[in-house]
Order: sequence, then C-alpha cells, then structure tokens
Amino acid sequence: MEPTHAIEHVLGPQAVHAVSYLWLIPALPLVGAAWNAILGWKLQQVLGKKIVHRVAVTAMALSFAVAVYAFVQLLGLPAHERFLQDTLWNLLTAGRLTVDLAFALDPLSMMMVLIITGIGTLIHVFSIGYMADEPAYWRFFSYLNLFVFAMLLLVMGDNFAVMFFGWEGVGLASYLLIAFWYTDPEKAKAGMKAFVVNRFGDFGFIAGLFLLFWALGGAWSPREGGGLRSTDYRPAAELNALVGATSAADAAALAPVVEGVKVGPTMNFRELRDQVVVEATGVKEHLATTTVWGVSLAMLVGILLFVGAMGKSAQLPLYVWLPDAMAGPTPVSALIHAATMVTAGVYMVARLNFLFALSASAMGWVALVGALTAIFSASIGFFQYDIKKVLAYSTVSQLGFMFIGVGVGAYWAGSYHLLTHAFFKACLFLGSGSVILGCHHEQDMRKMGGLAKHMPITRWTYLAACVAIAGFPLMNGFYSKDEILFKAFTSRHLGLFGTPTPWLGPAIYFVGIAAAIGTSFYMFRSYYMTFTGEYRGGSGHHDEHNVDPHSALAARASAHSHDVHADDGAAHAFGLAGNAPSHGAHELDEPPHASAPHAHGAAAPAHAAHAPHDDHGASHGQHGGTPHESPWTMTSVLVVLAAGSFLTLFLGIPTLWTHAAPLLEHWLEPAIPAEVAFEQAPHALEWAFQGIGVLAAAIGLLAARALYKDGRSEVPARLKARFEGIWTVVYNKYYVDEIYDALVVRPSTAFARLASRFDGGVIDGAVNFAGAIGRFLGRFDAWIDSTFVDGAVNLVASLTSAAGGGLRRLQTGRVQTYLYGALGGALAVVLLNFLIS
Amino acid sequence: MNAKRFLVWLLAASLFVGALVYVAARVIEPAALANPPRASGSLSLPDVLFFALATLAVAGAAAVALARNILHSALGLLLALLGAGGLYVYLSADFVAVAQLLIYVGGVLILVLFAIMLTSRITEVTISNTSFGLAGGVALFIAVAPVLLAVGLVAPWTTHAPGPLVPSTAAIGNGLLTRWLLPFEVASLVLLATLVGAVVIARKEIKAD
Amino acid sequence: MISLPHFLVVGALLFTFGLVTVATRRNAVGVLMGVELILNGANVNFLAFDRYVGDGLTGQVFSLFVIVLAAAEAAVGLAIVLAIFQTFRTIDVRAADLMRE
Repeated sequence: MEPTHAIEHVLGPQAVHAVSYLWLIPALPLVGAAWNAILGWKLQQVLGKKIVHRVAVTAMALSFAVAVYAFVQLLGLPAHERFLQDTLWNLLTAGRLTVDLAFALDPLSMMMVLIITGIGTLIHVFSIGYMADEPAYWRFFSYLNLFVFAMLLLVMGDNFAVMFFGWEGVGLASYLLIAFWYTDPEKAKAGMKAFVVNRFGDFGFIAGLFLLFWALGGAWSPREGGGLRSTDYRPAAELNALVGATSAADAAALAPVVEGVKVGPTMNFRELRDQVVVEATGVKEHLATTTVWGVSLAMLVGILLFVGAMGKSAQLPLYVWLPDAMAGPTPVSALIHAATMVTAGVYMVARLNFLFALSASAMGWVALVGALTAIFSASIGFFQYDIKKVLAYSTVSQLGFMFIGVGVGAYWAGSYHLLTHAFFKACLFLGSGSVILGCHHEQDMRKMGGLAKHMPITRWTYLAACVAIAGFPLMNGFYSKDEILFKAFTSRHLGLFGTPTPWLGPAIYFVGIAAAIGTSFYMFRSYYMTFTGEYRGGSGHHDEHNVDPHSALAARASAHSHDVHADDGAAHAFGLAGNAPSHGAHELDEPPHASAPHAHGAAAPAHAAHAPHDDHGASHGQHGGTPHESPWTMTSVLVVLAAGSFLTLFLGIPTLWTHAAPLLEHWLEPAIPAEVAFEQAPHALEWAFQGIGVLAAAIGLLAARALYKDGRSEVPARLKARFEGIWTVVYNKYYVDEIYDALVVRPSTAFARLASRFDGGVIDGAVNFAGAIGRFLGRFDAWIDSTFVDGAVNLVASLTSAAGGGLRRLQTGRVQTYLYGALGGALAVVLLNFLIS
Repeated sequence: MNAKRFLVWLLAASLFVGALVYVAARVIEPAALANPPRASGSLSLPDVLFFALATLAVAGAAAVALARNILHSALGLLLALLGAGGLYVYLSADFVAVAQLLIYVGGVLILVLFAIMLTSRITEVTISNTSFGLAGGVALFIAVAPVLLAVGLVAPWTTHAPGPLVPSTAAIGNGLLTRWLLPFEVASLVLLATLVGAVVIARKEIKAD
Repeated sequence: MISLPHFLVVGALLFTFGLVTVATRRNAVGVLMGVELILNGANVNFLAFDRYVGDGLTGQVFSLFVIVLAAAEAAVGLAIVLAIFQTFRTIDVRAADLMRE
C-alpha cells in the first residue's frame, strides 16, 4: 500500500493542456439559475412548473455532459499530463502576482465535478417530485442551480481567488436554501446559524491563506539576523527586489524561474504545487523550516486552512450548523449537506496535500479532529428521533472519517470516501425524503414504522445505502472506510504541536472502529424504526396547503402534467415568493415536539389531493393517513443512487485482493504528489483489519436489529429509563448549542449592545457636544450681533437722528435766517480767501 | 415816540457817522496825497452840504434799521432817500436825483406807506421789534461794515479829476435810445410785467375775500 | 476835497443799514424798506464811481435802471406782502415759516 506505484509520477512541473470549453461546466448552471431567477416566476405562472424544472435539469444535464466530455479527454491523456486548463481572462495583476479567472481540471477536481454534476442532476430530478407542491418552485430550482454553480467554481477554480469565490458562494446558496421557507423564524435562524458558523471557519481559512502568501515571499524584504523576516531562504536575488508589474505578461516576465517553475507568491494551485514539489526551488524546505513566533509555519498554515474546512465541513467545534440545516428541504440536505458542500473542506485538504504533508503536526491535528468528530456525532445520532437529524449527525461523523483519511496522509482514501459517501448519503437523504413525503411530512421515526410494505422501492434502496454506510463489503462504503482506517493504523507520520506522536495513528484507528460500530448501529436503528413493524403514524398530518385547491383537481388525477400544479399554484396566491405559511406547518426537527399545529381540518378528498406528486395514478386511491410510495421521478433517482453505491465499489478494490493499485488511487495519483510515510504492515494484519471492519458493521447491525426491529423490543425503553441522565445529555446533543449560546452568542450580543451604547452615548454624545458648541457659539454670536453690531447701527441712526434734530432747527422757515446764513457763509469764504492767499 | 428822542437819536447818528468819516479820511490820508489837497482851511459850503446830506442819509438809514415803530422806519426811509438824492446832485447826476425823488419818494415810499396802513393795525405800533434782537443786528453790522469801509477806503482807486457839473439829461436821453436801447425796452417790459403782476397778486386776494 | 472815498463810505453805510434792516426787521414792509436802502446804497456807489472813475454817463443810466427796477420790485413785493397778510392775517415774517424743518 505504498503511495508510489508502477506509474511514476514525475516530480516536476505540471504539464498543462489548454482547452476552451471548461467554462461551460459552471456557466450552464449559472444560466439556469439566472433564467429561473429572472423569468421563473412569470413563466411558472404562465406555462406551469414544468418549464422551470426543465430549464434547471437541462442545465445540469448539459453541464454533466460537458464534464463527461472533459473526463473522456482526460482519460485519453498520459497520466502525468492530465491537467486541463481554461483561462478566461486576467482578474488582477499586482506586482508579481496574477490572478486569472481560470478553470482547471485535474483528476481530483474531475472526480468532484462528476460527483457534483451527476449526483446534482439526479437530485434535481428528485426535486421535481418532492417540491411539486411548492409555489416558489422557480426560486428553489434557481437556488439549486446557483449552488451547483458556486460549488463548481470551488472545485474547478485554478487559484485560491476563484476557489474562495465558490467557497463563499456555496455558503450563500446554503443559507438561501436552508432558509428557503424563510417566513418561519426557526428556519430562518437555522440559515443564519449556518452562515455565521461558516464565517468563523472562513476567517481561519483566510488567515491561513494570508500566512501562506506571505511565506511565499509576498511581503518580504531581506534583513540579516533572522526573526520574522528571516533571510535564510533566498531563491533568487530578483525576489528580493520590490517590483511592480501592471499586466499579466509583465508579471510573468518579472518572476524568477527555477527549473521551469515560476517562483514567488502565487495564488494559483498549480504554481503552488510546482513550487513545493520541485525541491530545487527551495520553497518546500523554506515552508517546512520557517517558524512564526516559534511555531512551525507549515503547521500554522495547515491548521488555519483546516479551520476553514472545519466550518465548511462541519467538524468538531463548528459542526453545530449542520443538524439545524435540516430545516431546509430534503433535496437540499441531500445535495448540499451530504454530497457536495460539506465535502468542500475535504477537497481543499486533498488539493493542498503537498502543503499538509510538510507538517506532521497539521496532519495529526486534522486526523485527530476528524476522529473525535466521528465518534462524537455518532454518539449523538444514537438517540435522535428525527430521521433527518440522524442522517445529519451521520454526515458529520462520515466527514470525520474523510478527514481522518486525508489527515493521516491517505489522500486518495479520503477522496474515495467522499465519493462513496456522496452516493450512499444522497441515497439515504433522498430515501428519507421519500419517506417523509410518503408519511405526509412526518419526520419523527417514532411515528413511522412498517413502511416496508407501503414503500418498497424506498425500502430497498434505503437498506442498500445502510449496508453501504455500515461498511459491509457488498457496497462501496466498506472499501473506503477500511482503507482509511487501515492507513490510520499504519501511519507513523503524525505529530501534535510539534511533537511526533506515533501512537496517534493506532489511537485514531480504534476511535474510528468505535465510530464505525456506532454508525452501523444508528443507521440500522433508523432503518428498523422506519421500515419494520407496524405503522405508528396517526391519521396523517396534513399540510395546510392541502386544503381546497387540491380537491377541485382530484378529478384530474390522471393528469401527470404540471398543468395541475400550475392551477394549484395559481390558487395559492402566487404573488408571494414563497407560500411559506403553509409550509411553516412542516414538521420541525425537534422530535419531542408538542405536535405542530397542522391543519387537520381537511377532509379525505383534500388529503387525497395532497399528494404533491406527478403520479396521481398509482397511489391516488389511498386516502387517510396511509403512507404511499413516491412517484417515479423520486424512486428512480433512489434506484440510480443505490446502483451507483454498488458500482463505485469497483473503484476501490484493495491492493490486497488484486495486487494492483485501486482504480481510484491510480486515477488520483497525479494530483497527489505528497509522499507520506506509512508503516509496512504484513498482509495478515490487513486481512485482519478488514475482518474487524466487517465485524464492527455486523455488531452494529445485530444490536440495532435486536433493539429496534419491528419495534417490539422493550430494551430501548428500559435502557433509557435506567440511564436517564446519560440519555438526556446525549439526546440534547451534549448541550453544545446551549454552551455556544452562553459562551459565544450572548457575549457577542452583549458586546454589540455595549458597542451600541458606546456609539449612542460617547460618539453621538461627542457629535452632539460639537453641535452644542456650535449652538452656544451661535447664541454668543447672536448676542454680540444684537448688542454690538445692532447697537452700533442703532447708535449711528440715533446720532444721525439727533444731528438731524439739531440741524433741523436751522430750518426756521424764515427768510432772515437764511439771509444770515448766506451772509455768514459769504463772509467766511472771503475771510478764508483773504487769510489763505 | 417823541420828537425829542428822535432828535437825540439823530444827533447821535450824525456824530457817529462823522466820526467814521473822519477816521476813514485819516486812514486814507496817504492815498489822498495823490490828489493834491485843497488849501487847508475851513470847509466850503458844498462840503458842508455834503456832510449834511450824508448825515441825513445815514441817519435815515439808521432809523430804518433801528426804529421800533414801522412808521418811524418809513420816515427814516424818506430821509435816507432825500439825502441820497441830494448826494446825487453832487455827483453831477441831476436827472437821477430828480428821478429818485419822483419815483422813490413819490412812488415807492407812498406805496410803502400804503402797505403799512393796509397791513398793520394803526393802533398797534409796536409790531416792528427786531427778530434777532439787537445783538444779531449789531453783529451783522460789525461784520459787514468794516469790510465794506475798508474796501472803499483802502483800495487804491484810480480816479481822475471829475469834470464840471453838467446837466446829464440830454446825454441820458440819447444814450437810452441808442446805446442802451435794449435795456430800456426790457425795463419797460419789466415794468409792464410788474404792473400786471402786482395787479394780479393784489386782485387775487380781493377775490379770495 | 470831497472825493470818491467819501461817497463810498456813504454808500457802504447805507448798504449796511439796509442789510441790517433786512436781517432784523420783523415787519415784512420793514424788510422791503431795507431792500430799498440797499439799492440806494448801490446807486450811490454807481454814481460815485461814474463821476470819479467812469465816463459820467454809464453809471447814471445804470442808476436809472436800478431805480426803475427798485420801483417795480417794491410794487410786486408789497403786493405779495398784501397777499401774505390776507393769508396769515399778519405780516410778521416769522409767521411765514411753513417751510420750517
């Protein structure tokens, strides 16, 4: 099981093939999203819902077709040249750094793209049936396409900038979709929680990115004496000069090149990979040996980037949003929170395998967190009653497994588990969606049971997926999980905080086995509770929106067309973007709920029409609270996924059995240049571990079967009564949400209030004070003006008046006075004349 | 008002005037050297008459200025006009002297007296008090008189010996119709306007009554 | 012996008294009498200069005109005084102060 095989991957610069069609893959879903966003509402009104989903599914299908085409092209290339790049244009150039809008497909991202577009298309098809009743149909499909677009940007981006754009975009789409029925405050809160918790992770991601960029020489000037700005690493004199380039070509020309590899700060994955992998550039050694404040740089970068993965992929401290995200529609849970978005963190770690491999501490940290998450959330899943919650915690746990895989250095194994998980978890979620729909929006497993005879297809596909997740060799889950755990056991490369901890690998193995037992247990528990025994559901929980409009359409039961739903939509007062009040009656995810206020007023005919499916024919005769199978659009997807779960096992047949590298490992090899040391284990140990894995699955199955099959056993109830305290703690998710609320949320809001008071008191006070000063000065000026200025003016006026009054008396009106005046004046003139001259 | 007081007043005025003339003569004595002085001795009759006429005129003027009774002022005016007329004779202006007597005394003075009669109450004869009091009048007198006197006495007038006293009537007549025809005609027009104007003004009042 | 200055003195005094009369008399007719005095003083001056400086004729003609105009002016002036008397019922010059202030 050595990473190196017969295929030599040349440790040199990556060979690139330039193509020009890769942009179609994300662009098609974007077009679909924009189309539905802008025109969807109107078109839905006019032409019915089918136009909406036709556009959305077509976009997805076309994108998948292009992806398959790219895949075929990649297959045709030699292994070490499997790298397609499509550069659209230059986004920015700053100094030696260029960031392009460019897409790249190497084996790893090709796998991701196929998963996203393929399983994405299937989920779109599923949504046709599942969301048929939803008035805001167009908005749902628009958001789904938007999500796929963002996710494709994330995996296909050939540099951190595009990837981060997609990273944030999936966060946004996740928020929009979780809070799809936003008029329900609980669902809106769940959406916000997802976004905010993700934000915590993104902060770490960005911090790691900055650190990496800096370490590559981004803000660097040489100084003797070491310290933060150490000059031990001096690849070329040109790097030390501060240069400025204004165009991509100039920037490229300025960069120093070593053995064909452009050296220097970069955001491009391929360039980064080349710099690290080609040891002659010295970057690898620099990153591995530089320390930042005494801490290894590589470890710090790895841990910070992993913080981003913790947020996005719901690992231990930042997983709390994922169970709440079940408030969104089930297809959303399947697509986003099972198959694709949450795997973005795993993808990121796998993509940057060469960076993580530089630091044993980072790897150890990743693997440890993954293992702890796996066991922690598996334990919570034991006692949940909401079927979607069980699956949510299961997802968190399986993500933990994936991180164990990529943490110990088995990158292909972690990616393989990503692939298999996408299939069986999507199948499980969609199956649960089918169950929920069939039980008329009931999500509490205690009210299910005996659905095996009502919903056979769902039952068999669900069972197949349970077998997969538990880890029986019949389905693909075993192969990926086994590989991960074995590699964990044999890893010796791990460390923690700078100290090597060779015992960590085996410890993680045992934790993983325990988690696998738990996984098997709670998954089969959910299967038995849901499908076996007698149906425990009530008279059927109706949705408020089942009322009248449907009863009028019962007569048109044979019509599969969506015209039915168009009219139904029209009757729903379409103007609103989401007929949320009616959907607000959807079961919330808290199992011990006082029964939510469902409108049971609708009579049976209304209930008959409730089934918001295209297929009115087969299941239409059922009235009352009887569960029914879902329409073909939904069951066909389940079958495809289950089949996929089976077929993909052939990608990972262990070397032990075939003495050749598993197909997927071989495929992913060019993308994983990191070399990690594993201990060579004897074959017997490998066989033993495989057996232990099967045994773990079997233990879980048998325990669940014993306790929950047919719902007849008293043991669960007695155990619960006996260990009431422990049960309560685990059932309440270890009160993690409450702890976060007290530790983080309340202080934040208190700080916000404090800041608000500061703003209102101090800042506004300062502003008001300035205003008061202005007012005071104004009054002072006014006083001065009225006293002095006006006084002066008035004084002049009064002087003038007084003078006038005095001089007025000259005007006596008598001629003689004037005569005197004239004479006096004349005399004065004469005298003056006489005196002066 | 009694005659005695009048006579006293007249005497004072003449003394005053004589004093002035004497002083003036003294002042211009150097100037008078240009004219050969007459033999010293007493004044001839024409000189005495001159002084009498001058005194009369000045006294009358003083009476006009200072009399409280308007009638006394009118009387003083008469004397002043007479004295001036007499002086004109000395200046070989016999026609002018006669014209003065005829017009001024016989016409204007009569007119003034008529006006006084018509406008003042005869019984109230104390109306004509000076308005500014004696102080204003004295001040004015002191301001103006010395100036004029100084000008008249000090300035070196280039005089020539006066010719014989000849009758001037024919010359004036000739002149009025040749050299000064235009002013003559204009004066006649003025008189016409005056005539009409006075009648109009006086007539209006009567109408207003 | 009697020469120009003597006559000038007389003329000056007549003029001055006439001026004082015009300035100080309260009776309007008295004012007019003062005006006559002034004119007479001027006449004396004219004639004196005519005899001792001039050609013996121009001054006399001028004096005649003065007399004519004095008469005309006295006539009109007294007519006005009569008119004022009709309006104000008095010929006190202080009464005609409607132009006051």
